Amino acid sequence: MIIFHYDKTLEGLLTAVFDAYNRKTFPDKLLGLNQPEPLFVEESYIVLTQEDKSARVWKGLEQTLEPNSLNMITYVWLSELPGSDELIFRYIRKAFDSKKSIETNYADDDVLQMQKLAQKVNKEKHRLIEFVRFQKAADDIFFAPVSPDHNALPLTLEHFKDRFADQKWVIYDTKRNYGFYYDMKNITEMTLDSTDLFPKGKLDENLMAEDEKLYQDLWKGYFKSMTIKERINPKLHRQHLPKRYWKYLTEKQ
Amino acid sequence: MKAEILDKLQTLAESAKYDVSCASSGTTRKNTPGGIGSTSGWGICHSFTEDGRCVSLLKIMLTNYCIYDCAYCINRRSNDLKRATFAVDELVELTIEFYRRNYIEGLFLSSGVINTPDYTMERMVRVIKELRTVHKFNGYIHMKSIPGASQQLVHEAGLYADRLSVNIEIPTEQNLKMLAPEKDHESVYKPMLYIQQGVLESTEERQKHRSAPRFAPAGQSTQMIIGATDETDKQILFTSAALYNRPSMKRVYYSGYIPVNSYDSRLPVVKQAPLVRENRLYQADWLLRFYEFKVDEIVDDKNPDLDLEIDPKLAWALRHPEHFPVDVNKADYSMILRIPGIGVKSAKLIIMSRRYARLKSVDLKKMGIVMKKAQYFITCNELAVQNVSESSPEYVRKVLTEKKLPKGAPDPNQLMLIFD
Repeated sequence: MIIFHYDKTLEGLLTAVFDAYNRKTFPDKLLGLNQPEPLFVEESYIVLTQEDKSARVWKGLEQTLEPNSLNMITYVWLSELPGSDELIFRYIRKAFDSKKSIETNYADDDVLQMQKLAQKVNKEKHRLIEFVRFQKAADDIFFAPVSPDHNALPLTLEHFKDRFADQKWVIYDTKRNYGFYYDMKNITEMTLDSTDLFPKGKLDENLMAEDEKLYQDLWKGYFKSMTIKERINPKLHRQHLPKRYWKYLTEKQ
Repeated sequence: MKAEILDKLQTLAESAKYDVSCASSGTTRKNTPGGIGSTSGWGICHSFTEDGRCVSLLKIMLTNYCIYDCAYCINRRSNDLKRATFAVDELVELTIEFYRRNYIEGLFLSSGVINTPDYTMERMVRVIKELRTVHKFNGYIHMKSIPGASQQLVHEAGLYADRLSVNIEIPTEQNLKMLAPEKDHESVYKPMLYIQQGVLESTEERQKHRSAPRFAPAGQSTQMIIGATDETDKQILFTSAALYNRPSMKRVYYSGYIPVNSYDSRLPVVKQAPLVRENRLYQADWLLRFYEFKVDEIVDDKNPDLDLEIDPKLAWALRHPEHFPVDVNKADYSMILRIPGIGVKSAKLIIMSRRYARLKSVDLKKMGIVMKKAQYFITCNELAVQNVSESSPEYVRKVLTEKKLPKGAPDPNQLMLIFD
């Protein structure tokens, strides 16, 4: 078994592709830098992430793949699911080695799997766009905590920047402990020292803008009134609005 | 102030909630400098009520006072109901503040009729005009056009709204007159025609110069109440099909009748809204819009009502076993679309993938095709089950509609031990 160790970044993975073609040995398994190896390792190689190598691989991909498939690689990477890096590696290899484009061959396991994972992450992106709830703080910054299963927050920034162009906002991923701040011009990545600002997903009432509580109550009241009691269907409700999102939804508090 | 607004909001939401439409799709709007919001084109649901319906727009009435007395409507004037009216600026502020918190995609404004249709319509137009011009609001706006309103006001509404709609409510005029003596189909079809004209004129103008104003870019929609009167599904679907033939008509919604005014003897006595029938009508509607079906293939004189037990596509396939089995590796797209268990997405996947290699049933299963249904209707030269033309439509129907036993329940065909 051939093992490559790399630093678990996308650049690292692309460098691994470069090195593999260079050495003409392809890994059966990709591991993190300090991850223990299984028994019976035939060869073990440590990838040193290098930007020029990863950039060359990416450029090669740009020439080989449609923009859509290229996006798919980013999406699958952001899924953070175990094995997704090995899947990307196999996909890239197939794309480079095949004379014909493989992109729409959904009878191929890896191609189909890539598409399915990318769809999962895309779903998460849409759910973020749907279910982000801003709370207005006293300093006029709109604040929204999120905790998506996949690391889809970066994919939503363009949307939120265009939509809420004239208000300052922060969207914070409490699971991965990082977020983005928009100051009506630029978006910057940020990390908070402590997450005490929002116990249980709600902004502390002392930090809220004056009318924030009012609008939260109005929204809750509206949400309650919209339900048609003759048609209540909890299963359908949970299917569309999975429980894992309820924590940060104003109307479900 | 606070308690009063909350009260109004709840009263007017209660009055508006029976309208089905909540779509925010069909058009895009970029953010403008100094403005708020954008419209994405694919529609975004921001929440779901406990009955499982999407909440995309702030669906609200300007007022629930009404001069009409339609039997099916909760807001009819003879109902003893809490009434309220929003001031224009109250509603505008509410929309903007909800929007800024990402609660909604925009506004769905509807209203009871006060004084005259034009009087009502004018106040509604003021709300959306203020949103668009004073606040530069780029979110989605859906406005209900009041039956009987003048062409001029409909035209003004179209300049600010993304979608306009007029509800037919009852599929045949005769029944409409029975339940709503003050209304007729003309008062509904006229504003529909105004909207259609506006859309067509604006499209033509915009081909000449791009700066010409857009008119209701997301087109129009309408709604019918199902089960309050005795129309057959054939009558309903033929009405829908005729409406879809009009250039600007995007959606027809079906609303299963909920007995809001059960005291009225003109209305049928029902215990539960006809949810299954409503669902089958939507499936039939989908067949019309996305599956290239013609309406007389779905319902005809022999089958005036949809089968409640099986979906309309399966029903069609069982009525026409002569078209099956279909070879997924050879048949064209429109035939693959007609196979039960294959949707638009999987049909496209099949078309793309079969260029590389022959597809086998394992491949189909992995692509997400519902093989439980599809296996009786396809061939890829390797299937063991008997397809519909080898067995019989009756047999396939029986297998597919058999109720699954709850987990752990004893098989009723198994003999019981008699000693205990």
